[in-house]
Amino acid sequence: MALVELRNVSKIYHLGGEEIRALDDVSLDIEAGEFISIIGPSGSGKSTLMHILGCLDKPSRGTMKLDGTMIENASARELAQFRNQKIGFVFQFFNLLPKLNVLQNVELPMVYSGKSAKERRDHAVKALKMVDLENRMKHRPMQLSGGQQQRVAIARALVNDPKIVFADEPTGNLDSKTGETILTLFRELSAAGRTIALVTHDDEIAARTPRRIEIRDGKIANAQ
Amino acid sequence: MNILNAFAIGFKEIWAHKFRSALTMLGIILGVASLVGMSALVKGIENGMREALIAVGGLEKVRIEEGDLPANQQHLADEAVGVTMDDVYALQRNANMVHLVTPEMRLRNALMTHGSKSYNPYYFAGTWPSALDMNQHTVQYGRMFNEVDDENARNVCVIGTAVRDALFGNPDETGKEIIPIGEKVNVQGEVFTIIGMFQHYESEQDAKKRELAKLQPPASGTNSPARQKSSFGKHSSSSYVFMWKNSNVYVPLNTMWLKFRTAAGSNNIPDARLTSLSVKIRDVNSLDPTIRQLRNVLMMTHHGIEDFNVQTQEDWADRINSAVASARMSGGLISLISLLVGGIGITNIMLASITERIREIGIRKAIGATYSDIFIQILVESVVIAIIGGAVGLIASIGLVEVLSHVSKDNTPVITLSSMIIAFAFSAGVGVLAGLIPAFKAAKLDPIQALRYE
Ligand SMILES: Nc1ncnc2c1ncn2[C@@H]1O[C@H](COP(=O)(O)OP(=O)(O)OP(=O)(O)O)[C@@H](O)[C@H]1O
Ligand SMILES: [Mg+2]
Repeated sequence: MALVELRNVSKIYHLGGEEIRALDDVSLDIEAGEFISIIGPSGSGKSTLMHILGCLDKPSRGTMKLDGTMIENASARELAQFRNQKIGFVFQFFNLLPKLNVLQNVELPMVYSGKSAKERRDHAVKALKMVDLENRMKHRPMQLSGGQQQRVAIARALVNDPKIVFADEPTGNLDSKTGETILTLFRELSAAGRTIALVTHDDEIAARTPRRIEIRDGKIANAQ
Repeated sequence: MNILNAFAIGFKEIWAHKFRSALTMLGIILGVASLVGMSALVKGIENGMREALIAVGGLEKVRIEEGDLPANQQHLADEAVGVTMDDVYALQRNANMVHLVTPEMRLRNALMTHGSKSYNPYYFAGTWPSALDMNQHTVQYGRMFNEVDDENARNVCVIGTAVRDALFGNPDETGKEIIPIGEKVNVQGEVFTIIGMFQHYESEQDAKKRELAKLQPPASGTNSPARQKSSFGKHSSSSYVFMWKNSNVYVPLNTMWLKFRTAAGSNNIPDARLTSLSVKIRDVNSLDPTIRQLRNVLMMTHHGIEDFNVQTQEDWADRINSAVASARMSGGLISLISLLVGGIGITNIMLASITERIREIGIRKAIGATYSDIFIQILVESVVIAIIGGAVGLIASIGLVEVLSHVSKDNTPVITLSSMIIAFAFSAGVGVLAGLIPAFKAAKLDPIQALRYE
């Protein structure tokens, strides 16, 4: 049984009288330990797919199973718990809370999983060590470079030890050199056994992941 | 997320916007301060009224006066004898639920003269020495007349300070306290010797003011606050009682009877009717049975003719209660409205604040915050604003009441703990109400749309 099973998933938006199929009958399995990249032109539905995979959104049609649980039948509270416990999400624009320092940002998912203050601190420090930022714990996000901010975001995504990490264009907002270090970080995580799916529209990056999925007009173009 | 975290976030958020938060709190601060201040004012008024009630004998005192006959007894009017000494003796013998009976016989137009000065006291009455106890009088100088004075119908009197002020001079004007014991005054041709003078009666508030005025050096001597003026100058219901009491003159009952009544009746028939008869009941809690007993005894001596009224101070106490209740009601309503306005201010600022924080809320939801996590966070923030406002309001109310106590002339406002607790509880309640709509709006935000929001 795959970690993620997507079956005939469609996401349909209605704008005025027009029907927009952001995703059109997508089926996809991701096995535990896989490192996959999703590539496609702008507007092809990559983010939409990521949001559904990341339990931030529900499909209009089709089914999704995550770690054995049918997402369609999950309540909003259960979805929030999935996002908190089983999924780590890394965004293109980092999405750190500007009012909190680095340590507090990394602790935040654990605030919602009800860990004690000491546990939170220990886990957060460990995650920050993994991304090599343990000496910036008291900094505000604004005092860090883009690459450092993205590493904080990755530490936050990892801190609850999720089953899978989704990253939506994690290097899209970084120069190529910094993007390279982020990518290296993901490869290290993958080598350590972490399941990762990342979105990119850079063919070079996609070519270097073990599995590459291409999306066009909401459909998977190359089933790999 | 536990509630403590929510409070910590709330405090942080408020601290991050100090000025905005302080302005928002102002509404609650004013509401709480006005609620406590209002209730302190009402409490002060209530205290003043109760003080006056006690000054006239308290709830234990019941007065019996001559009264109109009931409609079905009108034909017996000629046989009605009024309240007389027979009633006094009958009550002393037979009414075991009262422990003091005091007759009073009033002389109207008792113009008192001394030298070139004259004064018409409010109340000039012949009575027994027990009137002191009955009417809460204290003889400060000289003595009260006794049974011997009464038996011998001596021309002696005990006066209130207002009589002294009028006939011998006001201490505030003469600068020294004149004690006219032994002086003679003339009343309707009879010469009376003053053997005693009551203490000066005044409300606590007036006493305080006088003390204060004493401490300050008299400002150029023009308007030194004369105590006569301070109690006669204005007529709040409670200070009226003290003013009236200071203008009392007591003479022995027999003196009144022999010197003024025996020859005064029409056709030279002596007028034996008492103006009133006061009794002190043993137990305030059995007021009703005591009054039934009084009535029964009096109906015997009056041969079934009900030509008397029994008056208790209960009506007065009831009036105090209802006046206090309505003052509290109106004041409370106004304060509550201002608290609600403060609450609307919180709602408003919270709505603006969550609009600013849509992205933050989206991030929180994306990493696992549930609907109720966000709901509680926003609600707690609103409550924190309100209870900080409430706490500051309580402190402000102490200052407000201090100011009010300088402004208010009649009664010192008194802060009550219960009003503070109620005001604080209301501020917290307003915080909850004010936060509901913003919390609901924030909690139901869709994470994806919130993350897209710029
Ligand atoms: N809320 C929405 N309402 C209507 N249409 C939407 C909505 N969200 C996405 N779409 C449409 O769905 C399609 C797929 O959008 P999506 O964001 O998934 O593209 P993408 O592949 O991530 O593009 P990009 O590389 O530019 O990020 C687009 O045509 C977009 O206009
Ligand atoms: Mg996208």
